[in-house]
Amino acid sequence: MSATMTNTGAAGHSAPHDHGHHDKTSTVIFGFWIFLMSDLIAFSLMIANYADAEWHGIANGPSPHELFSLGLPTIETMALLISTFTFGLCTLGMKYGASMKRTVGWLVLTLALGAIFLGIELYEFHEFWTEGNTPQVSGFLTAYYSLVGLHGLHVTSGIIWGIILMVQMKHFGMNDLLKSRLVRLGLFWHMLDIVWIALFTKVYLMGVLS
Amino acid sequence: MSILGSLDLNDVFIVPFLKEPTLSTGIAAGAGGIVVLGALAVALLLTVKGWWKPLWSEWLTSLDHKKIGVMYVVLAAIMLIRGVLEAVVMRAQQVSPAPGFLSVEHHAELFSTHGTIMIFFVAMPFLTGVINVVMPLQIGARDMEFPFMNAVSLWLSVGGAALVMASLVVGHFETGGWTAYPPYTGIKLSPNEGVDYWIWSLALTSVGTTLSGINFAVTIYKQRAPGMDLMKMPIFAWTTLCTAILMIFAMMPLTVASFMLALDRHAGFHFFTASNGGNMMNFANMFWLFGHPEVYILILPAFGVFSHVIPTFSGKKLYGYTSLVWATIAIAVLSFTVWVHHFFTMGQTANLNAIFGIATMTIGVPTGVKVFNWLLTMWRGKLRFSTAMLFSAGFMFTFVIGGITGVMLANPTIDFATHNSLFLVAHFHNMLIPGLLFGMFAAVNYWFPLAFGFRLDETWGRRSFWFWMIGFYLAFMPLYAIGLMGAPRRMAFFTDPAYFPWLVVAMIGALCVLAGLTSQVIQIWVSVKNRESLMVPAGDPWDGRGLEWSLGCPVPEYDFTTVPHITSREPWVDAKAAGKRVMDPTEFVDIHLPKPTGMPILVAGVATVGAFALIFEMWLIAAVCFVAMWVLVLIRSYDTDWEETITAEELREGYEAHKRLVETTPKVSLDDEFTSKNRGLILEEAV
Repeated sequence: MSATMTNTGAAGHSAPHDHGHHDKTSTVIFGFWIFLMSDLIAFSLMIANYADAEWHGIANGPSPHELFSLGLPTIETMALLISTFTFGLCTLGMKYGASMKRTVGWLVLTLALGAIFLGIELYEFHEFWTEGNTPQVSGFLTAYYSLVGLHGLHVTSGIIWGIILMVQMKHFGMNDLLKSRLVRLGLFWHMLDIVWIALFTKVYLMGVLS
Repeated sequence: MSILGSLDLNDVFIVPFLKEPTLSTGIAAGAGGIVVLGALAVALLLTVKGWWKPLWSEWLTSLDHKKIGVMYVVLAAIMLIRGVLEAVVMRAQQVSPAPGFLSVEHHAELFSTHGTIMIFFVAMPFLTGVINVVMPLQIGARDMEFPFMNAVSLWLSVGGAALVMASLVVGHFETGGWTAYPPYTGIKLSPNEGVDYWIWSLALTSVGTTLSGINFAVTIYKQRAPGMDLMKMPIFAWTTLCTAILMIFAMMPLTVASFMLALDRHAGFHFFTASNGGNMMNFANMFWLFGHPEVYILILPAFGVFSHVIPTFSGKKLYGYTSLVWATIAIAVLSFTVWVHHFFTMGQTANLNAIFGIATMTIGVPTGVKVFNWLLTMWRGKLRFSTAMLFSAGFMFTFVIGGITGVMLANPTIDFATHNSLFLVAHFHNMLIPGLLFGMFAAVNYWFPLAFGFRLDETWGRRSFWFWMIGFYLAFMPLYAIGLMGAPRRMAFFTDPAYFPWLVVAMIGALCVLAGLTSQVIQIWVSVKNRESLMVPAGDPWDGRGLEWSLGCPVPEYDFTTVPHITSREPWVDAKAAGKRVMDPTEFVDIHLPKPTGMPILVAGVATVGAFALIFEMWLIAAVCFVAMWVLVLIRSYDTDWEETITAEELREGYEAHKRLVETTPKVSLDDEFTSKNRGLILEEAV
């Protein structure tokens, strides 16, 4: 990952006559890292809130043990994990000057896996919902839908972002600006993967075991 | 439900008064009227003078960090006037015979808006504005790293403030204080739009602040002049860096908590409800996970200001630079470890309270280090009591008293007796008035010439200081006393006659503070009128020490003609000691500055309309605004022609012109510092 970043950073000398003491592309990516840290705070708070609600917030609703099974979430997780791998191939393709077609191909595959992940998540939400387990039932269900839903919203925006980038690649070609944007989408996507590992463990694995 | 959601005629400010004319509804209608008439008067003035166009093209669309900073400070000043007026009304309420002239709800709205405004729309824009103007100039940067995002931050804050102002005209604000604890602020107990005003105005400004934090941190990490390693950075840049890191980590808990509260209220969720497994303590924890670091977000920049004003007006190098830097870092780290002291009485175990109590007292240590740093900087210096220096000295004197009552409150056993009393109210005003406002007033008086090219009037400045200083003591020392006698905070009226004399003194204090604020308005007015005699075109009117004073006043759009190589902590002092009046130029090269754009104000404007729609449950309009906002961002992402070039030749000419000006400006002694003889950069070295 860091090798990729350094490379894109070095490629970012859009203004060689500017002897400014920094390089815009790497700085933008640095700023994005900081934004992601801030975003991670939101997830940590939601996880902390969930950890409280799964014990103390059950009220008259179901407990995690009664609600969850591991089947669908495992498939979901696999889809997202593979998508992180395919995004890695996309970035590598960009780094080593693979054809645009191949780079975009990996990106399409990544987004498709993201869509599968989302589809399963929504299906599961739908199942729970129709059983009467809506977020209005208990503090636990509120926390569950919000935490997993927040992650799902992030994946959704990642997919939209990826589609926009593909359209922009068509307009601009694979220039430094788009490379930088693609690297930032990559950081975002990989972060969501890491967050999901935490969610899968905390919500589903530990929920089923509890 | 109609497209206008829950909005109806009764929400218009004048209607309750017409239906039931009392003094309380009359004051509410009057306040709404002031907002409406004020807006109309400004619009009329701009039209008559033909200022719309220059306002738009030179200010509102500008991405220049100095102009953005000035606009932040203007926002803070407008909101400060409202905040102080509210305080005066509340003080008047408590000295009038019980039950006073305000309804209980109206009084509750007043203390809620007063707190919300003072923290989020006075303190935050004030310090963000000062940082914007000064920090890049101190570290040799030409702008913030992300100028577009900087403007978006500004306009989101303006949008949030506009919503709080709108609450005077349309509907009500909430009545649960600036902390808005559920379950009181849940939909059952606060069914009207008040809490939603609080949620969405804060949502706008907290997103803006998070983005500002990212901007400041990246600018400091990546844009410093060559040679300026971190331990050569000016202290104000250090305190800005620590503040920025706090903003990055601490604003998110507020955003998350307020979104959760919104979901509880409008989607029937159970984050903080009193039933169905909600847990209101999670709100208290998240709010103060934001709220305590917030205290240091507010106070650290002011510490930075004092660390420049005091050395300048003492004619001495800052004492103990390294210890000040480490004290700042220590405060920033510790600020995340003390949040529970805001609710010692809410049911955790005694051991947990003890741990947080000790952590709280620990913060007194690095803060104490700083006070000694400033005192020892003044020790044997040749002190000149400018307005900025007076505010700094007044700060030290007063802040230490607040610090002592803070250490008292940090002890859980004492806190159990004094929590929720006026003692606490006196304590935090004792911290924030000197620790934030005095710092920002000092900053404005000190750095004003950088932005506008002229000094501020000293006579009215000093008057404003004495009014503020005396007003503060009269207004808040009585609150300590009656707080210890048992007077709770947030009461609409008191019936205990023992409090009355103290409340009268506090009322006089509030009027005194109002006189201080008025003096500041007069100060600005007089200074603008006499600006010719106050001009300091050669820059450096105070025998300053930082890099920012090596520039002419006002600072040109591009800030530096060439970015200097830094070899010491006080490069400008070294240059002056070597007999120079300008920094040696390095290499003239073409530079790029961001072009003005109306996009930030448009994005934030759409976001503000969307937020207003959410407050009154106009879901369709809110959704349209949300989509529109992102479409605007998308349009901007297609715009790759965002910079304009300033050529090396123009910079060389700028440098030569400044050098000629400086060399032809006559020398004047320090004794004439505050007279019209001071045209900048002329002060002989202090003896």
